Amino acid sequence: MAGKTKPKNGMNGKTNGINHCYQNGQNLQNTPLKDTFIETFEETPLSTAILTYLGYAVLVVIGHIRDFLRSLGIEKIKSCTEPKLQGYVSLYQSWESFYTRNLYRRIRDCWNRPICSVAGAEMDMLERVSPDNGWNFELTGKKQHVLNFGSYNYLGFAENKGPCADAVEKSTMKYGVGCCGSRQELGYLEIHKQLDELVAKFLGVEAAATFPMGFATNSMNMPSIVGKGCLILSDELNHSSLVLGSRLSGASIKTFRHNDMEDLENKLKNAVVFGQPRTHRPWKKILIVVEGVYSMEGSIVRLPEVVALKKKYKAYVYLDEAHSVGAMGPHGRGIVDYFGIDPKDIDIMMGTFTKSFGAAGGYIGGSKALINHLKLQSHGSIYSCTMAPPVTQQIISSMSIIMGADGTNEGQKRVQQLKWNTRYFRRRLHDMGFIIYGNKDSPVIPLLIFMPSKIAALGRECLKRGLGIVVVGFPATPIIESRARFCLSAAHNKEMLDKALGIINEVGDMLSLKYSRTIPPSFSEKDVELLLVVLNVMLMMYLKRMTVVTRPVLASPHCVQATLVL
Amino acid sequence: MMNIIMATNNSFLPKSSDMYELIESFLQAPTYHLIFEALLIIWIFKLIFFSTEYRPESVLTEKEKAELIEEWQPDPLVPDVDENHPLLQAMEKNIISGKPDKYVMINNKSSLNMATLNFLGMAGNAEVEAAAIKTLKKYGVGSCGPRGFYGTMDVHLELEEKFAKFMYCEEAALYSYGFATIASAIPAYSKRGDVIFVDEGVCFSIQKGLVASRSRIKWFKHNDMEDLERLLLIQQDEDKKNPKKAKVTRRFVVVEGLYFNHGDICPLPKIVELKWKYKLRLFMEESFSLGVLGANGRGVTEHYNISVDEVDLIAASLENSIGSTGGFCCGRKYVIDHQRLSGLGYCFSASLPPMLATAAIEALNIMQNDSSILQRLRENCRKMYDGLSMISGVEVMGDPLAPIKHVRLAEISDNRELDMQTLQRIADHAMENGIAIVLARYLEKEEHKLPPPSIRISVNCQLTENEINRVVDVFTNACRSVL
Repeated sequence: MAGKTKPKNGMNGKTNGINHCYQNGQNLQNTPLKDTFIETFEETPLSTAILTYLGYAVLVVIGHIRDFLRSLGIEKIKSCTEPKLQGYVSLYQSWESFYTRNLYRRIRDCWNRPICSVAGAEMDMLERVSPDNGWNFELTGKKQHVLNFGSYNYLGFAENKGPCADAVEKSTMKYGVGCCGSRQELGYLEIHKQLDELVAKFLGVEAAATFPMGFATNSMNMPSIVGKGCLILSDELNHSSLVLGSRLSGASIKTFRHNDMEDLENKLKNAVVFGQPRTHRPWKKILIVVEGVYSMEGSIVRLPEVVALKKKYKAYVYLDEAHSVGAMGPHGRGIVDYFGIDPKDIDIMMGTFTKSFGAAGGYIGGSKALINHLKLQSHGSIYSCTMAPPVTQQIISSMSIIMGADGTNEGQKRVQQLKWNTRYFRRRLHDMGFIIYGNKDSPVIPLLIFMPSKIAALGRECLKRGLGIVVVGFPATPIIESRARFCLSAAHNKEMLDKALGIINEVGDMLSLKYSRTIPPSFSEKDVELLLVVLNVMLMMYLKRMTVVTRPVLASPHCVQATLVL
Repeated sequence: MMNIIMATNNSFLPKSSDMYELIESFLQAPTYHLIFEALLIIWIFKLIFFSTEYRPESVLTEKEKAELIEEWQPDPLVPDVDENHPLLQAMEKNIISGKPDKYVMINNKSSLNMATLNFLGMAGNAEVEAAAIKTLKKYGVGSCGPRGFYGTMDVHLELEEKFAKFMYCEEAALYSYGFATIASAIPAYSKRGDVIFVDEGVCFSIQKGLVASRSRIKWFKHNDMEDLERLLLIQQDEDKKNPKKAKVTRRFVVVEGLYFNHGDICPLPKIVELKWKYKLRLFMEESFSLGVLGANGRGVTEHYNISVDEVDLIAASLENSIGSTGGFCCGRKYVIDHQRLSGLGYCFSASLPPMLATAAIEALNIMQNDSSILQRLRENCRKMYDGLSMISGVEVMGDPLAPIKHVRLAEISDNRELDMQTLQRIADHAMENGIAIVLARYLEKEEHKLPPPSIRISVNCQLTENEINRVVDVFTNACRSVL
C-alpha cells in the first residue's frame, strides 16, 4: 500500500480529471458511496502556472522599485506608516509589510466590503471609493443592491422577519442582551441548558456544550482534550482555529495530505508502531482532526474511511462541522448524516452556529463523560461569559425548524433546496468550462482564477453587474491556486442562480477564465437520491400522522440507495 | 535542428587525438589517486542506491508491526468524571431563570446578584434591549461571515469609530468574543524570538495569547516594578552581548489595567516610564477598568491622567461594563490596522452579531451621557470595600475603587481544597440568605500562578445603601457561622 502513489501530473499535485474517489478502494469496495462520492480537482495548466508566477514576479519587482522611490522621497507615502522610534525594533517584519503595501493594497477593495442589510440571498452594499488606489476608503453614502454569493448563509436563516426573529425578540425581552458571567460562576441561564440539550438531540449524541464563538470553540477546547505526549494528526488544510487549538494544547502535531487516506494510514501506523520520536514511548492518545466540508477546497472529508482507520488504530476523531452542519445530509445534520454514520463513532463532534443557523457561536457534542469533562476543564466554561440570550434563541428556533419540531416541513424544504441549488450551480459551472474544485454536494464552490490580476478583475466585474462574491489569493491559498468562492444558500431561488451564472459566464469569457480541459463530471440535480429523500420525507410525515412512534426503516436515503445500487 | 545539436555536442567530445591523451594521462596517474577516485565513485553509488537500506524502520516486519498495533492501548479520551462532581452539581443548581440583572431568580428564589460582572447594569437595561431589537428587525441575528467576506456591517464600523473616539485613539478593531481579543492581539505582533515581559497576575486569556505567540516570556512579580526593572536590566546586558540579535528582537510589556485575579490597579506611570527607558511596547488589557476607572470610564489612562498615546495597544472586552458580547483593541492606526490581516480571532471568525454591536453602542451612549452612574459605581465600590474590610476572619484584596472584590480567608491553610470548601460554605450560606455570590474559579493546573482561593464579589452601580449593608450583614453572619 505504501508503495502506491496517486497519479500526479499537475503543477500542484492535484489529481487530474474527475476523481471518482477512493482510489485505494479496497477499504470501501462494498460501500454504496463509491458511485455517489464525486470530487473534482484539476491540475493547473502549465502555461497558466508559469504566467501566474510571472505575474507575481512582476508585482514584486514593481513593489521593490516603488519602495525604493518611496525611500528616496520621490513617491509619496499615502498610508500611515510606522514612525521610526529611536532605539525601537520595527514592529513588523519587512516582508509582511511589503506584501500588504505592494500587493494586497492594490486589490484591497475586494475585501471587507461593508453592507447595511441582512446578509441574505441579496444584500445592500455600501459603495466605497478610494481616492488613492486602495490606501484609504471613503463611503459615498450610496447603496448597491446585489446578489449575495459570499455569506455562509447555507439554510437561509439570516432573516430579519419570520418565526426566528419573533422568538429572538421575545427572548431578548425576557433574558436581556448580555450575561456577564461564566458557566461555572453565575452565567448559566435556563435558555443555555435548553440549547445544550437541543443540540445533543439534534446531533444524536449523549450530551453537548455550547460556546459563544466558533473560532474559540476549537481553540479553547482542544487543549482540554489532548496535551503533552499526545499526537494530533491534522489535515493540512484544517482551519486556522484548529491549528491554533492544536498548538495551544502542547501535543505533537503532524499533518497529512489533504483528504489522503493512504497518507493518514501511513502516519497513523508509524505513530502507533514507533511511538514518540526520540523517547520511543508509545503515544498517550492519537487524535485525528478533520473538517466536514473544507471551506477553501469545497471537498468533503472521506469520513467512512477515517472512521475505519480510527477503529483499526484505536485513535480518536475530532470532526469540525463548521461548514457542514445544517448544510449537508438528508436531515441537515451534517456530514455524519450525509454518510449515514452513527454519530457515536465520532468521538468529538464540533460545529458552529454561524453558518447554517444564522447565529454565532459553536458547540461540542459527544459522550456524557467528554462533555462533563469540558464543563469542568474547558477554558470557555470558566474564563469567558456565556452565549448572549438572543443568539441562543436564534439557534434554538432555527434548529427546531430544521428538525421539523415546529410542525412544518420548512426545514426539510430548505435542506432540499440547498442540495438542489448546489448540484445545479456546480453542474452549470462545470458545463461552462470553469475549473471547479470539490464535491458535487458541497455548498462551497471554488472556481479557480489563478492569476493575481484576475482576482481583482473578477471581484470587481461581478460586483459591477450586481453579484457579490468572495475571491481569495495567496497567502490563503497556494500561489498558483487563487480562486473565487461561491457559497450557496437555500434562500437563493432558480432565477437568482441563473442570473448569477449569467454574470459569471459573461465575466468568465471576458477574462478567459474557462481553463478546464476535462470532460465535466456527470451528475444531476434530479438524481435518484434526491427523489428518495422526498419520498422518505413524505413517508415520515405520513407515518407521523398515523402516530406510529417507531422510526421508519428508510431513515437514511443512502441505505436505500445502497440496496438499489446493489 | 538535429544537426545543430549534433554539432554542438561534437565540440564537447574529445577528438580522437585528445582521447588518446586522456587515456595516456589516466595510465600515468599515480595508483593512490586511482584508488581514491574509485573509492569516491563507490561511495557515491552507495549513497544513491543503498541509503534506504539503513533506515531503522525496516527492522520491524509487517507481522511485528501488526502485533504492536494490536498491543497499543491509548489513554481514554477524557479522564473519568464523577457524575456528582460538586462543580457540575453547582452548575445545575445555579441555573438562572430570567434576566441576570441586579436581582436574579435561582431555584425560584430571588437573590441579590453579587456575582455577575455587570458593573454598570447594562445587562438588563431596557434601552439597550430596545436598541438591540431594533437592529434585529433590520439585520437579523447572525452576520454569516467573517469581516473580510461580507461580515462587515455599518454598525460594526460605527461601533469601532465610537470606541476609537471614546478612547481618544486613532483606530479600534472589533472582535466577536472577549476572550479572543487579547489572546489574538498578542501573537499578531510578538513572534518567535521576541521577548515579552508579563506581570504574574495576568488573567488567563493573556496567558493563552502568550503561549500562542511562541515568544520568550519573562514573568515579573505582580505589580512589582523593581522586579520588572531587574529583568529589563538583565535583558539589556544580554542585548549588549549580542547586538545583532538585539536588533531584531522586539520587546513587549503586557499588563492588565485592573487585575481580574487580584482587584488591584497597575502602576501605569512607572510602567510608562520604564517603557520609554528600555524601549518596550506596552500592551494593556482593560476589560475590568473600562467603564469603571476614570471620571468618564476611559480606564486606567484616565485614572492616572496619562495620554492614551503612551500605551501602544489597549484591549478590552465588551462583556463586563458594556454588558454585550465581544471585545475591541484600540491604539494608533499603524498598530491596529495590522490586526485586520494578522489577528487570528479577527480574520478567521464570523463578525459580532449586529444586534450585539448596537447593544454595545447604546451602552456606550448611556455611559457617555450620564457619568453619574460611574460616580455611583465608585461610591458603591468604596462602601462595599469598607463594609467587607470590617469582617473578621476574611480579608478584602485589591483597590477600594475596584468593582471586583476578592475576599480571602485571613489565615490561609496549606490545603487549598479545604480553604475552597470553607469559602464555598460561606457562599452557600449567603445564597440561602438571598445574596448570590460565587467563588472565583480557575483551571488550577493551567494557571501560571494560581491566586489563593477567594470569593469574588462584583459591585453594581445600581446597589442602594441598604442593599450594600445587607450584603455586608449577610456576609458577616455567614463568616461567623462558618469560621
